[in-house]
Amino acid sequence: MKNSVGRELPDDLMKQLNYEGFKSTEIGEPEVQRVAPKVHVSTGDDKLVDSIEDVVKKTVKDGMTISFHHHFRNGDFVFNEVMRVIIDQGIKNLTLAPSSLTGVMNDIVIEAIKKGTITNITSSGMRGSLGDFVSHGGLKNPVIFRSHGNRARAIEHGDIKIDVAFLGVPNADKLGNANGMQGDAVFGSLGYALMDAQYADNVVLLTDNIMPYPNTPASIKQTQVDYVVKVDKVGDPDKIGSGATRFTKDPKELKIASMVNDVIVHSPYFKDGFSFQTGSGGAALAVTRYLRQAMIDNQIKASFALGGITKPTTDLLEEGLVRRVMDVQDFDKGAADSMHTNPNQQEIDASWYADPDNKGAMVDQLDVVILSALEIDTDFNVNVMTGSDGVIRGAVGGHQDAATAKLTIISAPLVRGRIATVVPKVTTNVTPGDSVDVLVTEYGIAINPKRKDLQKAFANLPGVPVYTIEELQQMAEKKVGKPKPLEFTDRTVALVEYRDGSIIDAINEVKD
Amino acid sequence: MAENGERLRRTMMFVPGNNPAMVKDAGIYGADSIMFDLEDAVSMAEKDAARDLVYEALQTQDYGDAELVVRINGDDTPYYHNDIKAMVKAGIDVIRLPKTETADMVKTLEKDVLAAEKEFGRKEGSTHLMAAIESAKGVLNAPAIAAASDRMIGIALSAEDYTTDMKTHRYPDGAELQFARNMVLHAARAAGIAAFDTVFTNMDDTEGFYRETRYIHQLGFDGKSLVNPRQIAMVNKVYEPTEKEVENAKNVINAIEEARIKGSGVISMNGQMVDRPVVLRAQRVMMLAKASHLVDEEGNYIEK
Repeated sequence: MKNSVGRELPDDLMKQLNYEGFKSTEIGEPEVQRVAPKVHVSTGDDKLVDSIEDVVKKTVKDGMTISFHHHFRNGDFVFNEVMRVIIDQGIKNLTLAPSSLTGVMNDIVIEAIKKGTITNITSSGMRGSLGDFVSHGGLKNPVIFRSHGNRARAIEHGDIKIDVAFLGVPNADKLGNANGMQGDAVFGSLGYALMDAQYADNVVLLTDNIMPYPNTPASIKQTQVDYVVKVDKVGDPDKIGSGATRFTKDPKELKIASMVNDVIVHSPYFKDGFSFQTGSGGAALAVTRYLRQAMIDNQIKASFALGGITKPTTDLLEEGLVRRVMDVQDFDKGAADSMHTNPNQQEIDASWYADPDNKGAMVDQLDVVILSALEIDTDFNVNVMTGSDGVIRGAVGGHQDAATAKLTIISAPLVRGRIATVVPKVTTNVTPGDSVDVLVTEYGIAINPKRKDLQKAFANLPGVPVYTIEELQQMAEKKVGKPKPLEFTDRTVALVEYRDGSIIDAINEVKD
Repeated sequence: MAENGERLRRTMMFVPGNNPAMVKDAGIYGADSIMFDLEDAVSMAEKDAARDLVYEALQTQDYGDAELVVRINGDDTPYYHNDIKAMVKAGIDVIRLPKTETADMVKTLEKDVLAAEKEFGRKEGSTHLMAAIESAKGVLNAPAIAAASDRMIGIALSAEDYTTDMKTHRYPDGAELQFARNMVLHAARAAGIAAFDTVFTNMDDTEGFYRETRYIHQLGFDGKSLVNPRQIAMVNKVYEPTEKEVENAKNVINAIEEARIKGSGVISMNGQMVDRPVVLRAQRVMMLAKASHLVDEEGNYIEK
């Protein structure tokens, strides 16, 4: 079958997993039923244990769904320690349902798959050796990729039913009151983990820093936690995020960033009280710098900045240019520290951030977002999941969610090395072109033809040449040539959900 | 490709000819001139590869309206003749001769370029030339060098080699370059060609870069050689005319138009005759204003 964006989907799997094809970016106003977790009633006096082995023995059984968060990113010790014990105890047929998988988790996940410990995975993304392994058919069942907002939706709906959540935290008291802001391995907002804490049947906290009871502020509360495990170290602070955020000196990134800024400033949304999300990465940080100057020059203040937060954004908060920072995760220590000290930086969970089946999520109120792309095609569809070799090497992240903003800007170079970014058809469709408004490249911009208002607003911007997206695609092709089509087998190795839980694309095994 | 006549040459951006990524991206920064370097930026082992790369880039990449320049290796190297042939065949706008010391060196280059034009069926005279002045001898011969060929479009001062030759080095105030700058500039103006100031290499000293650029702008240089694309916007900022200059220039242009319609040979504004230098300056201001996006299609100043 084909879905509404023309992607061929595997009939047998769609039927077997009870999926529907993607139809529209419109969520509508359905009534939905949320689920609730089991509660193992206790007075809470015997939660503290010092053995991962004991906790795993008590909680994890064959066939269960287990989860982790990825707030420690590549500084994570918890994932490896827990998975080691699970593998060694010979547990089988688990579904792994973390908020995402980072590079430091790859080796042990591959081992767990090979030994039959893990047989299903749902995640925001995967990279490196694990992406390669899955793309070459290493896992029998298809991986399900979900955006951050969609993971929250799936947990609330019961599509993901977490039996045991293992959540590393830089501090907790003996009953499980914990936050992400104090201790050695701080990461700031616990945004993604808050879903697991709220909905998992068993919640296990792991920490290297037991605080006197009661520990506040409590992002995760004692009412949600079953066990608190004391470990030596939860993470390596140096690898959690970039220590000091450095502005890019790359002239191409600066060029793109300044054009993104021009687009924002000349859009109808750039007025007092506007809101924005910029994300991380060199160009995004540079946009924040340009935007700061534009806000000062035009005497405009933002009502809120959203999403993954970096220090340049919290600096705007300090300066009074942004009224609130709505923080689902922090990309650097500066942003994490700021959450601790600035009451106007609000920790939000993934549901509040971006869950579509909601009584209003933050992304629904978002004016401007800047997102990246591995590929974007002439229908403005965006791929952030598979590389030019067809291999999984990315993550949905908040891409589909934030793309529902009123002005969605994709910022990407026209070509990377010898590989075109603007292509006739994306390898994997992750974010439908319907939700994308403007593409900004180093050569100029392309505006979604559906946005006549923006076509008019950006028609005569000095230094911002406007092309059709077909022209940009041709320009890229002229530069780097036409690649040989990728070859895939008939076997589906992953399905990509849209944020409403329908299937937007399938990823097949690469043929070598 | 190149036309002779007045064009803006505020920025001449150096691009190492052996760096594919930089060669590919050279067109996106809005430099008035792009100078692909086959000489000092390229090691001996990479001379042929760089020449091939620049040749291919000139065939396949779109550099928009930028004037395309290549710095070839000198005639005392084994690469000189192949550099000329490949670049003439590729249809380069301008060949830049390094370490030029005499008018004869330009005349020899002119002969070699003409031979290459004939060999590859290029229009004779279509390849322009420029010379880099990098020594005391070159500075003293600058007037003859600038006037050595009708193909010459400009001369450039290259301060690193020059200051070494002068037994000094570069200082923040640039006093050591006063004579050379004025000599090169006068030679260029007397010959009716462009004058390019030397590079400023300390990317962390923004203040110093602005100070030097304002200074050479005041002297009358067409523009500056640059090592980093980030410097382009800064140079353009210095060369940007003021609102008053633009308004005044527009009045002059209107007066010219009025005189043309009336069929009058004399241009007058507010009852005063407008001299030719005023006309030329006004035309240049309008050209700068357009390039700086200060005026719309009709030449009206865009309020910020």
